[in-house]
Order: sequence, then structure tokens, then C-alpha cells
Amino acid sequence: MGLLKALKHFVGDDWGVHPADHKRPAADLPSRRLPLPERVHLMLAQHVGAPARPVVLVGQKVRKGELIAAAHGNISAPVHASTSGTISAIGEITAAHSSGLPAMAISIDADGEDAWLDSDPIVDPFALPPAAIAARVAAAGVVGLGGAAFPSAVKLNLGRRSEIDTLIVNGSECEPYLSCDDRLMRERAADIVSGIRLMLTATGAAQAKVGIEDNKPEAIATMRQAAAAFSEVVIVPVPARYPMGSDRQLIVELSGREVPSDARAADVGVIVHNVATAYATQQAVVLNRPLVQRLMTLNGGAAAAPGNYEVPLGTLVSDFITLSGGRKGEVARLLMGGPMMGVVLAHARVPVIKGCSGILLLDAEEAAAAEPQACIRCGSCIKACPMGLLPLEMSARIRHDELEAAVDFGLSDCIACGCCAYVCPSHIPLVQYFYHAKGELSARQRAQLRAEATKKMALGRQQRLEREAREKAAAAARRKAERAAQQSAATAVAVATTVAAARQPEPAGESA
Amino acid sequence: MKATMTSATPAAEALASPHAHGGNSVARTMFRVQLALLPATLCGFWLFGWQAFFLWLLTILSCLGCEALALGLMGRRPLKRSLGDGSALLTGWLLAMTLPPWAPWWVAVVGGFIAIVVGKQVFGGVGQNVFNPAMVARVALLVSFPLPLTQWVLPLPLTPLAAPGFVDSLHIFLNSLPPTDAMASASLLGFSKTELARGSDLLHSLSGASAPLLSWLGARSGSLGESASLLILAGGLYLLASGIITWHTPAAVLLGLALPAAIGHAVDPARYLSVATHLLSGAAMLGAFFIATDYVTSPNTGAGQLVFGVAVGVLTWVIRSYGGYPEGMAFAVLLMNAMTPVIDRFIKPRILGRDRQGKPLTIPESAA
Repeated sequence: MGLLKALKHFVGDDWGVHPADHKRPAADLPSRRLPLPERVHLMLAQHVGAPARPVVLVGQKVRKGELIAAAHGNISAPVHASTSGTISAIGEITAAHSSGLPAMAISIDADGEDAWLDSDPIVDPFALPPAAIAARVAAAGVVGLGGAAFPSAVKLNLGRRSEIDTLIVNGSECEPYLSCDDRLMRERAADIVSGIRLMLTATGAAQAKVGIEDNKPEAIATMRQAAAAFSEVVIVPVPARYPMGSDRQLIVELSGREVPSDARAADVGVIVHNVATAYATQQAVVLNRPLVQRLMTLNGGAAAAPGNYEVPLGTLVSDFITLSGGRKGEVARLLMGGPMMGVVLAHARVPVIKGCSGILLLDAEEAAAAEPQACIRCGSCIKACPMGLLPLEMSARIRHDELEAAVDFGLSDCIACGCCAYVCPSHIPLVQYFYHAKGELSARQRAQLRAEATKKMALGRQQRLEREAREKAAAAARRKAERAAQQSAATAVAVATTVAAARQPEPAGESA
Repeated sequence: MKATMTSATPAAEALASPHAHGGNSVARTMFRVQLALLPATLCGFWLFGWQAFFLWLLTILSCLGCEALALGLMGRRPLKRSLGDGSALLTGWLLAMTLPPWAPWWVAVVGGFIAIVVGKQVFGGVGQNVFNPAMVARVALLVSFPLPLTQWVLPLPLTPLAAPGFVDSLHIFLNSLPPTDAMASASLLGFSKTELARGSDLLHSLSGASAPLLSWLGARSGSLGESASLLILAGGLYLLASGIITWHTPAAVLLGLALPAAIGHAVDPARYLSVATHLLSGAAMLGAFFIATDYVTSPNTGAGQLVFGVAVGVLTWVIRSYGGYPEGMAFAVLLMNAMTPVIDRFIKPRILGRDRQGKPLTIPESAA
């Protein structure tokens, strides 16, 4: 084992960490429907790209699945009502972000009926042309449900344009505590496979590889069974190792291809979608149902009823916790997402969004953090880094505000997976350094752009003023010249007239 | 200045992911290294008696005292946390492993001061030192006080001589009394160097000495760290198994020492010592597993550690074979410590999606 590990290390195949997964028992419980909350708040920006624009008015009645905010721009996604009821407000609410800053949302008072908008299921969805599938996915507001929340239709269309040969479906779910993808694969494997087949048509890829970590044997079995009839969908167990679900790592694992750092996955002929996205695609294309709810994990030492719940989008985290069974003891840290990359929520009055795969209620023991100590250069972070970076060198540079030097060590390639900080014996908050540096760098870049724009404008103004002055001077000169010409002409005319008058008694003023 | 980020409030720090930790800590790492040193140390106490214990204890106390003093003077508090990480204790322990077991008390005190104050705190404390503090102290002591640093004693329990008791040992230790002629003995490397210097060849002078077996068992004169190579090796293997160190440095050091030794011995056995003698003498094992693997002063990538280790091994052989001192590990480690930043500068891991030069990979034609 030690030798094998040493060998793996020697060939550089030893990235990542193996955190305790804490997935069971929550992963083994059947998923449940969350009772309907009284009110939902649907954020207009639940995706990467431009926020959606409201198309409803306060007081308007809506059905579940009705469009309430339309996509705006090339990269955007629409938002649909997640339950039936009355639009009660369009305004700001705390966003699911550790800053706790507000963002725009549409609030709906639920009428309790939870009545779907009438919609006709598609007769033969698999006969649809690729563009039609992508259009339906776009209209349903489907975004990457693995957490990135990138509008899925944009990716599908990109796939068709870039000649994709392999669709990689991410069912690895490598974050500890989370099991919503696991549950989805165990319970709705057939629908996921249908979604994958639709995605294959939409992207034009010849085959799909579904990567599932080998700590989910039940999911692997059910997915294999569901995909048995379709030779183009292959289920591939991958070793349980964090961050296996990071797309660049999964692409290497499943296709052996390495995405160049300045390129997209599509450039090497692959495209990655999450299993939950495949399911949402199936719902959108086959049943004509927009993305208004999703499976989310509720877990952590302070959760009274850990498990997986079908949650309407826009449900407040506080409602989610209460309606699912409440909390148990003190919640030391409230997280949206997994413990490795999730964000801390300042409070629970935050609505859940499309990219939310789980809510974690960590108790004091789970959230215990040790005081950072000096780096002893042990190199654990280097061994753990899945990107091949030097986290200790990067953080040392950032500490001394040498951000460009940190970029030279690969800061821009950092995926913020948290492996380095997870293994650090000195408990250095490495990821925080990297977030800080990235934020600072982009702020500096913006400031520089602004300064350049200001400079350009100032220069433009100066040039304009100079030009105007020049033009004014030229105009003045011209006028002066004209006046002079007029005068001389008038004089000439006068002379001529005088002369002419002297010759014959007829006026000749045309020349002036 | 340094504390711009760490001085942030704990609440702010708690905001950044990840919200889980593997559970490793500096103190745990240091403790495991100490655990790995324990068998060889206990064996050394048995072989060399109470003096060895006193020397070991005082060296560690001197290191801890100097660390506390330096941190106190610099206003770094709380002291308990810094001392509690075990790094100063480990430095003292490693230094004690390389000293002659019967060295007088002031060697321990001066050694601890050099290691901690000159070797570590002057550079900025834990994680900042360029040179291995224990080796800095060992070399400084050897150069400054060659006599007490080269007076070795026989392992008394294995001889007919009576080992001094607790009180007698304390008396010898505190009064800096040299070992009696009957007890004194040269180390194998020292003996070979003297013999070579006298012009007699090694085949002749070392005949009859079954050096490898004795070295494995520790039945010969030397420091705590060079007595029982078998126990040092066992400790090293424990460090490997528990993931504290990787195989790169130890393998490279031993290889770098063994290869030239094999060639030299094959060419002229009368002039060059055998591979087994080289590997089992001096601080070769201790150096390979415990000294050259020091996190702070060795390269931080596997490939860099291979370069570093081979160079340490080769330099050790060169110094032992051609230098003025019989032992070369400490010098070799210090020389390579100085090269570590250079190695780290040129040997970096390849970033995923980039080539070795850091340029983005080109998009393959076949995929498009």
C-alpha cells in the first residue's frame, strides 16, 4: 500500500484529499418533499450572467412554472414561479453569499394549491432537432446544478458548435456531507439517462461518460441498469477523492484529456454537465416543466432530520430547516454547499437558489477552527493541490502583498477547492489568502481600466477643446478674410461702379 | 507587517472555505518525529549511560530556554503556544543525537543557543530559517571546540568496564571531565581518517572489524544518532509509513552516498571505505531520514528533494573521503540547505493545463 502510494506519488497521481465523507445516513434515506413554505423569494440572479428581468407585477396571480422573469442577454436564464400564488413584492433580499449583501428577488405568497401551469408534454422528445432541445432547456431556466449555475443551453449550443465527441456527466459528488446527486441517481436513474440522451442530441456528442465516485455503489448499480439499453451512455466508477467533481480533474480521469489553462473543455472535444442538470433537462424537454425545485441535502451535526429534500426554489433557508424538522442544539456555522467550498451564511433568512446542493448545519465540534500558525514548509499543500500549484509560495507572496509574484506561482489557475487548507498542519487559511488576492487583483484591474478610460476621456476632451479652439480660430480667420474680401470687393465694386457710372448710367452690383 | 492577514478577526477567518480540516497539526507532526527518534535514543542511553541522558536533557532544555528567551524578547506571545509546537524540542533532540554522548554540559548549553538563536530565530523563527538549526549548531561546535566534539566513548555495557553510576555521571558531566583512556575510543570514520593520514591502508587497519553487523546493533563508539543504525532506520520507516516524510530525500541521500562509495571501494579498497561502512557510519541514517528531510530547509517538491538528496549524499562522501573532517553529513546538509531556494526556483510541479514552462498547453488538433 505504502509502495503503491509512493509509486502513485512518484508519477504525480497523488493529488487531492480524502476527507471523511459524512454522507451516510442521510444518503440512505429516501428523498422527501419539503412541505410548502408560506412564501418564496426567487432571486433574479441565480446563475452566471446577466440577472433575469421581471415580467410580472405585484399583485398578479401566477401558477407554478409560470415565467416571472425573462432571460436578459446572451448569457442569462429565466426564472419561473416555484409555487402558485400572488406576487407580493419585487425587491431586495439577502443573497446567498457570505457578504450578506442584498440582491433583487420576486416574492410570491403561496396559495397552498401548488398548481402547475398547464403544459403539454412533448410527444416524441427524442425526435426534436438539437436546436429545439437547447431552446427548451433555455426556456426552462436550466443552469448547471453542480454549483456553477452556468446557463445549460449556452453550453449545449457551444458543444454543437465546437464538435464535441464526449459528454461527461458529473455524478461524482465529491463534497463531504452532500448526497442529493447520489439520491437522484438512485431514485430517478431512468429520467437522468433520458436527460443525458437529450443532451447527447443537443451537443452532437457520440457518447456520454457518467463519472460516479466508488463510494456510491448503489447509485452506480441503478445508473448501470438504467443505461444498459443505451450503448452510448457509459457509467464509469471513479475513485472517491476530493475534488474529483472539479471539471478539469474529471475530464482527465474520464477522457485522459487535459484542458489547456487558457481554454474551455469544449476546445478538447468534451463538455461537462452534472447529473442533476441532466435530470432538469429531461424534465424541461420531456415534461415541459421549468426548473422550479430541486433535490437538496440537509445535513450536519446540528440538523435534526438530515436527509434529502425536494425544495421549491426561493424557499428561505430558515423555512427549509423548520419545515424539515428543525435544528438540534446550537448551529455553530450555517453553510450553503459542502464544507470544502460552501459559503457561510450570516443568517438563515436567505432564499435557496438553483445552484444550491445543500444546507449544512455544522455544530461546534464540526466548525472548530484552530488558530493559524507559521508555515513550516512541510509541502502537504503542494502534494494535495489538484492543479499542481505551490500554495505555500503563493500565500507567502500574498502576505507581503506581492500579488503579481503569486500569479507567477499559478494563482490564476487556483480553483479554490480548499485541499491545501484542509491538509495544512499550521491551519493557515490559504483559500482566504487566494480569494483576497484574486479580489484585490480584479479590483486593481478594474481601477486600471477605469484610469485608462478616464485618461482616454481626458485626452479626448483636450483634443476636442484644442480642435474647437483651432476651428474657432480658423473660422475667425476665415470670417476676417471674408470680411476683408468683401470690403475689398465692395471697394472694387464701388470703384467699378464709379468707373462704370462714369461710362454709362446702369448699376452692376452682382459681383458682390 | 507580516500579520496583515493573520491579525484579522477570527470571525472573518472563519468565513473562508474550507470548513473542514484533516486534523493534522504542527505539534502532531513534531511529536511523531520525536516518537520515531525514541527507540534509538533509549538504546543510546543504555549504551552510553547517564551522561548521554544528561546531555540529551540539557540540550533540549537549552533549546527550549533559548526559544522562550528569543520569543519573549521579540514580544511574540503567548509563549506557550510557540513552545508547544515542539519544534524547539525537536531541534534540541536532533542536536543531542549528533553530539558525543560524554560531551561536557556547556556543549549542550552553547549548542542549544547556537541552534535556536543563531540558526533559527535570527532568520525569523520557525519556518524561516535557511539552514538546519541542529546542523548549524553541530558544525559551529565542531569547528569551535574540536576536542570535546571528537571524544567518543565505548559503549560500556558491552565492555568489561564498569559504567559510572548516576552521581558519578553527574559529577563527570558537570565538571567537564574527559573520558578515561580505557573508555575513550575513536569513531570508525575518525579511526579510518587517522589511519589514512598515518599512511596505512584501510584493508590492513580495518581487518577483522565486522563493522556492518556491529553498526546495525550499535555496538561501537559514536553519537546517539550513529550507534544503532537499525533503530534509526526503523524510526525513519515509521516516518515514511505515517506520511511525515516521503521516500524521495532518504532514498536519494543513501543512493548519493552509496554510489560513489561503491565505485571508490571497487577501484581502491585500500583508500576508500565500503558502501556498508559509509551507510552505517556517521550520521548517514540519521541524516537521510531525520536531518535532510527537515521541511523548512529542504526543497518542497519530490523532484527537488531527489536532486537535494543525491547532492547531500555525494557531498557527504566527498567530504568524508577527501575533507579534513572524518564526518561530512552536517557540512553536506548545510551546503545543500543554501542551494534549496535555487532548487525550488527551478523545480516546480507542472500546473494542470500548462507545460513545464508555465505556458498553456496547445489545443490538440485531433480533438477539434
